[in-house]
Amino acid sequence: MSDYRIKGETGEWEVVIGLEVHAQVTSNAKLFSGAATAFGAEPNTQVSLVDAAMPGMLPVPNRECIRQAVRTGMAIDAQINKWSRFDRKNYFYADLPQGYQISQLYHPLVGEGSLTIEADEKAGIAADKVIGIERIHVEQDAGKLMHDQHPTMSFVDLNRSGVALMEIVSKPDMRSPAEAGAYVRKLRAILRYVGSCDGNMEEGSMRADVNVSVRKPGDEFGTRTETKNVNSVRFVMQTIEYEAKRQVEVLEAGGTVDQETRLFNPDTGTTRTMRSKEDAHDYRYFPDPDLLPLELDDAFLAECRDSLPELPDAKRARYLGLGISAYNADVLTAEVENARWFDALLETGAEPKAAANWVTSELFGALNRLGKDIGDCPVTPAQAGELLGLVADGTISGTIAKQVFEKMLETGDGAAAIVDREGLKQTSDTGAIEAEIAKVLAANADKVEQYKGGKEALFGFFVGQTMKAMQGKANPQVVNELLKKALS
Amino acid sequence: MTDLTNLTVAEIRDGHRAGDFSAVEVAEAFNANVAGAKALNAFIVETPDRAIEAAKVADADRAAGTLKPLSGVPIGMKDLFATNGVQTTAASHMLEGFVPRYESTVSQKLWDAGCGMLGKLNLDQFAMGSSNETSYFGNVISPWKRNDGGNAALAPGGSSGGSSSAIAARLCPAATGTDTGGSIRQPAAFTGISGIKPTYGRCSRWGIVAFASSLDQAGPMARDVRDCAIMLENMAGFDPKDATSLDLPVPNWEAALSSDLKGKKVGIPKEYRLEGIDPEIDAMWDAGIAMLKDAGAEVVEISLPHTKYALPTYYIIAPAEASSNLARYDGVRYGLRDLPQGAGLQDMYAATRADGFGPEVKRRIMIGTYVLSAGFYDAYYTQAQKVRALISRDFTAAFETCDVILAPTAPSAAFGLGEKTADPLSMYLNDVFAVPASLAGLPAMSVPAALNREGLPLGLQIIGKAFDEQGVLNAGLAIEERAGFTARAEKWW
Repeated sequence: MSDYRIKGETGEWEVVIGLEVHAQVTSNAKLFSGAATAFGAEPNTQVSLVDAAMPGMLPVPNRECIRQAVRTGMAIDAQINKWSRFDRKNYFYADLPQGYQISQLYHPLVGEGSLTIEADEKAGIAADKVIGIERIHVEQDAGKLMHDQHPTMSFVDLNRSGVALMEIVSKPDMRSPAEAGAYVRKLRAILRYVGSCDGNMEEGSMRADVNVSVRKPGDEFGTRTETKNVNSVRFVMQTIEYEAKRQVEVLEAGGTVDQETRLFNPDTGTTRTMRSKEDAHDYRYFPDPDLLPLELDDAFLAECRDSLPELPDAKRARYLGLGISAYNADVLTAEVENARWFDALLETGAEPKAAANWVTSELFGALNRLGKDIGDCPVTPAQAGELLGLVADGTISGTIAKQVFEKMLETGDGAAAIVDREGLKQTSDTGAIEAEIAKVLAANADKVEQYKGGKEALFGFFVGQTMKAMQGKANPQVVNELLKKALS
Repeated sequence: MTDLTNLTVAEIRDGHRAGDFSAVEVAEAFNANVAGAKALNAFIVETPDRAIEAAKVADADRAAGTLKPLSGVPIGMKDLFATNGVQTTAASHMLEGFVPRYESTVSQKLWDAGCGMLGKLNLDQFAMGSSNETSYFGNVISPWKRNDGGNAALAPGGSSGGSSSAIAARLCPAATGTDTGGSIRQPAAFTGISGIKPTYGRCSRWGIVAFASSLDQAGPMARDVRDCAIMLENMAGFDPKDATSLDLPVPNWEAALSSDLKGKKVGIPKEYRLEGIDPEIDAMWDAGIAMLKDAGAEVVEISLPHTKYALPTYYIIAPAEASSNLARYDGVRYGLRDLPQGAGLQDMYAATRADGFGPEVKRRIMIGTYVLSAGFYDAYYTQAQKVRALISRDFTAAFETCDVILAPTAPSAAFGLGEKTADPLSMYLNDVFAVPASLAGLPAMSVPAALNREGLPLGLQIIGKAFDEQGVLNAGLAIEERAGFTARAEKWW
């Protein structure tokens, strides 16, 4: 259980959070028309007659969008409904050409499922926690209004009109901003693993409606507010923090929380009323008579299941089984591209623990420095495997490996070629090493005294000095052994 | 020389093929009739050039030996079908001046089959009406007059009133119609012509201005049964652009026409015997029963117990769908836009829709909005869907004991313009016999059967099993052959 509490004047309050995440389905075409879906196109260039709701136009479901939603449902272990139906949600707005959104109210494609957020003590998540997911349904996105193009008129861009969205509705199972943040991150990771949504929150491919209420621990749920279209993990957490505090203040001042729709202001980190319950639309949902019910056959479902990749939880468990630390396993599985790169590295025969350490520190450090993603990583997994192989078989030390890696990044050459060219092969020549050890011990007689007097931590100092004298090319294990002998 | 406008579709097709006349001659003859019949107000737009153009192609095709199934046949197109480059209005002010850049699937199929277009036919606004009195472009007048010496203008039926009037007046040999709750059958009955609404899904709805999606179905209207079969063959077919389209091959209905009904059973629904109905309607019905017996059919009484709920059910479902389907007419992207000085978006919606829709359309939008509203949805819409399923089940049960069902098309002959406009309910009652088959999605046709004592045509309706247009057409043909209906309206226009 989360112990996140709002400390009010009347005591502690618990926060109850549910999220409705809208995720744009990765597909070349819209949900009910053949129009394209690429982001950033010129306004109104990706609009079919259907998207513009011309008279007599009819929707035809796009199989790929349905497939992606089903695969997503399978990835959260959800019930897949073999029979589902589309409903019309009726309301007037200039960005909604049909005057209704085709959605699924009564019979969604995907029923109950769940995902697990991992323990994160720093964030106050004491243990792994299962967050329930109520349903996933598919629906059309609306167009976009532009209010800054003309002094007295608003413009409409219908490129997004009719694009397929999955609405992923969680249960009110989260109890802190951190849990909500972890949920969104985990959901995003799953979507990206499945390939059903690119998870790009800045471009609006993923956005959340945040439902927040507060209660005294143990009480019934309080009245909730819904803050619409929050488009980053940080903003989701800010929304919850602000909303929870606001509601506690309202309640403690003797007021009541209105069930209403609110808007988040990213500049101030606050929310404000968008419309109250009294102004709520009556959407007059009814089954879309232009569409037959969706019926999925077993072959289709089997194909969806077979096409699922290894998912974050399974991958993480596999990594832990390989002896990789929990921290590294989390880091490596968070982004699907990183995990794929790492898996390719493992396939070269790299030792998992060493490979994980190297990727999370050396590789990510380098990418960070270069301002690059794993997608445009200058080193291939095969090249990295070669480098790690040289360390594993004792050809070079870890220290030298860092130098070699730098050269690889600079030149694009292979590790073995660089080692050869630069003469970086490490030596196990005991004679040479012993000679350097003797010099080091002689030059540091006082420290030898201290060491022998019981300050054993100085051993590392002697190793370092010896390695330095050997220009890093000495086999560290041999150095250790010879030093121990010399100091005994 | 024969008056080419007296020929049927089959006669034009065959005569043209045989070289008896040119397609251009046919087109010119019909163009002349259209031009001379302004008094009927059957057309919203006349397109004589298109008719001539298609006729020239037909004549060239004949010379080249590349004739198409309907080469040389000019037709009228109900103005609910989007026609590329030709104004498409649904008889509304809302879409006045709207010229689509696309062609409906059904009209495209007809052009591909060699037909030419004489013009866009008037109709009830958004196909809502039973008398063609709701058109923004004025009433269509039936060519028929009562034989009482009076000169009352009569309704051609609706909503396909332009189509029925034009065919009856020989302005076109055939036309498209659409039928949501009788809009092909009732006007056909009122004007002494034939018309068939096929099984729901036979004809693509793509490009037809939507009224009630789960009911709307295109079909042909023509002078006789054979012409209906020919036209339907060239209108029907699977369309991947319509998710409710039937993925079935189109039968060769014309070739399989047969009025021999030996071994067939004809069901007579006892619930269609209405209390207080015009005895002439029942008499015509009885005569129809005799004709089908004469054609070899066995007649059985059947029961369709939920018939009395059909009309109320229809007037929940159709307006509900319409209220949503017509939401797209908002002044934002096309069609009428009323933007009062200083108005915002909501004001624009209100002004545009207040001005763009006629009273009957507004009435149905309001009914539909009401029945879908929170708190009323279950009581109205959900119940209506359940009753619709029961009505459908009635037919399924009945078709276990019969092959087709015979009934009147409408409870009366054509009425005078203005006689029913004050009372929407009495207007709605016109479709009492037509609506059940619509709710069940079944094929149904009207054929002219008799003249009443006022000299006005009466129609008989044949309802068939789903996908059995052939059975419907064959029974229609048996009646046609025996009724010997040759009466036509005296030309007064």
